[in-house]
Amino acid sequence: MAYLVSHPDEVKLLSYRFGKGATDIEKYLELDGYASTRKAITLGPEGIIAEMKASNLRGRGGAGFPTGMKWSFVPKQSAKPKYVLVNGDESEPGTCKDRLIFEHDPHSVIEGVIIAGLAIGSKMGFIYLRGEYRYLLKIMEKAIDDAYAKGFLGKGIFGTDIDFDIVSHTGAGAYEVGEESALMESLEGKRGIPRIRPPFPAVVGLYGGPTVINNAETLATVPHIFRIGGAEYAKLGSERNGGTRLFCLSGNVAKPGVYELPMGYNLKKMIYEVGGGIPDGRSLKAVVPGGSSTPVLLASEIDIGMDFDQVGKAGSMLGSGGVVVLDDTVCMVEFALRTMKFYAHESCGWCIPCREGTDWLKKTLTRFHAGGGVAKDIDNIRYLAQNMLGRTFCPLGDAAAMPTIAFVDKFRQEFEDHLEGRPCPYAKHTEPALTHA
Amino acid sequence: MSTEIKTIFSTALAARFDRMVTLYPLRRSALIPMLLYAQDEIGYLSDAVVSEVAARVEITELDVRNVISYYSLLHTKPAGKYHVQVCTNISCMVRGGNELLDHCKKRLGIGNKETTPDKLFSLEEVECIGACSWAPAVQVNYDFHENLTPDAMDKVLADYRART
Repeated sequence: MAYLVSHPDEVKLLSYRFGKGATDIEKYLELDGYASTRKAITLGPEGIIAEMKASNLRGRGGAGFPTGMKWSFVPKQSAKPKYVLVNGDESEPGTCKDRLIFEHDPHSVIEGVIIAGLAIGSKMGFIYLRGEYRYLLKIMEKAIDDAYAKGFLGKGIFGTDIDFDIVSHTGAGAYEVGEESALMESLEGKRGIPRIRPPFPAVVGLYGGPTVINNAETLATVPHIFRIGGAEYAKLGSERNGGTRLFCLSGNVAKPGVYELPMGYNLKKMIYEVGGGIPDGRSLKAVVPGGSSTPVLLASEIDIGMDFDQVGKAGSMLGSGGVVVLDDTVCMVEFALRTMKFYAHESCGWCIPCREGTDWLKKTLTRFHAGGGVAKDIDNIRYLAQNMLGRTFCPLGDAAAMPTIAFVDKFRQEFEDHLEGRPCPYAKHTEPALTHA
Repeated sequence: MSTEIKTIFSTALAARFDRMVTLYPLRRSALIPMLLYAQDEIGYLSDAVVSEVAARVEITELDVRNVISYYSLLHTKPAGKYHVQVCTNISCMVRGGNELLDHCKKRLGIGNKETTPDKLFSLEEVECIGACSWAPAVQVNYDFHENLTPDAMDKVLADYRART
């Protein structure tokens, strides 16, 4: 069970049913459940998309693409069936928000899928959960069954002549499958290898049909937009960044947890006030602001608003909302190594720059951290990462390279402190020492 | 066609598989969940599992093996009854994930990806399991154990041991 936390600065819109027993469909209906879908049915496709555009909702998976615009790219006429696909393959290190949504408010995801389906003229949606989330799959399966029993799914939903089906689906352990094209491959029963784009999924997606793929949090937000209105939702956030989002505070912070805060909320305040600051009398060294793929920020760089544009201006990314706080005991070389080990493990191997780049970087960083580094390694690490950028089918290569470049640029001194066989100054070695080849 | 298959699975699981292949526009879409559920029941993806699953989704056994090798939760060798998966990714690492893994190795007397001689426990260092705000975290089979310390981990292991 994921634990719930609370702070006065939170705006509990998306999380307003958390902890209230809304997995039960009767309870969900008492808490305004399925009113948004009914409203969306009366609005029709164009009305839905207009409301979504007014909300300024941007994709919560990490890229921050405007959701209303994404939906509007789906062609009205299509010879092949159209699909809605929920990305619940939450795997970005530092991210644990979709878990709370599936655990506490599964029907909001179902509503989001139906509304997206109404907007694009689809009759079928899939909810893909990562394989590790088995207890959540059971919650989701029950919610879907209950929605069928009420006539909210199936033939003639809500007494209209509209048909809509939802199938829940489990993955089996793969970060890469969180990438939209690999996600479709996986749902088609294949290895999660990315597809080259164009064509984009909105035109040629799942089973060759036009497909809208959204993060679970994005779709769970949709019914709340229709509950309060798109324009009202937009006002909760900052410029061009509508609403609120779930921020996952983790690492060396006194009160870690998932907090729903307005877009544009100050990062420093998030760490020191919402998160209660750095425990054990330690000081802040760095923050990874949006999951492991986003470039690290120095303690001096965190007086910024947490939205896609402001974090971008600060040289990083808002990403998936996973804020990882690091105190002065963390060895940044070891941290860079652990990050790279992850990407090397998860690279699907399809694109050579990513497959070889992540592996060489892992090997170099392992040797380097174990005291086998030479001065030119530091530039080589940066050079290798730089050469992965933009040379892969999917963003996994960039996701591995960008933070690595930032670690070297911002913590060069720490890398230099590991040279000439000196032991790691942070002395938390768990890596076996490798002999210098 | 599924009725023609002589199944190695329980009646309930076989019925579930019969239905699963009809849910999607393509039978093959049922492959990954089917492999995971088969593994849950049989313990691992044996040759017999691969053969039956291939027949059910109407692809070759080679295709099935090709998919199995991609997904980290799918195993072709038996694991322990309780598969202890310790996350050491960034959020867990900075809150003692590595130390927790070392502790498990010592307590269970096995290394990463090894199984105890009594086949009760197996151990695996895993990537992020989505418990970052409750780190360090461990998954035993599908159950999450969070905000752990070495002492709390001992209790978790003792609880599983007592179940047998």
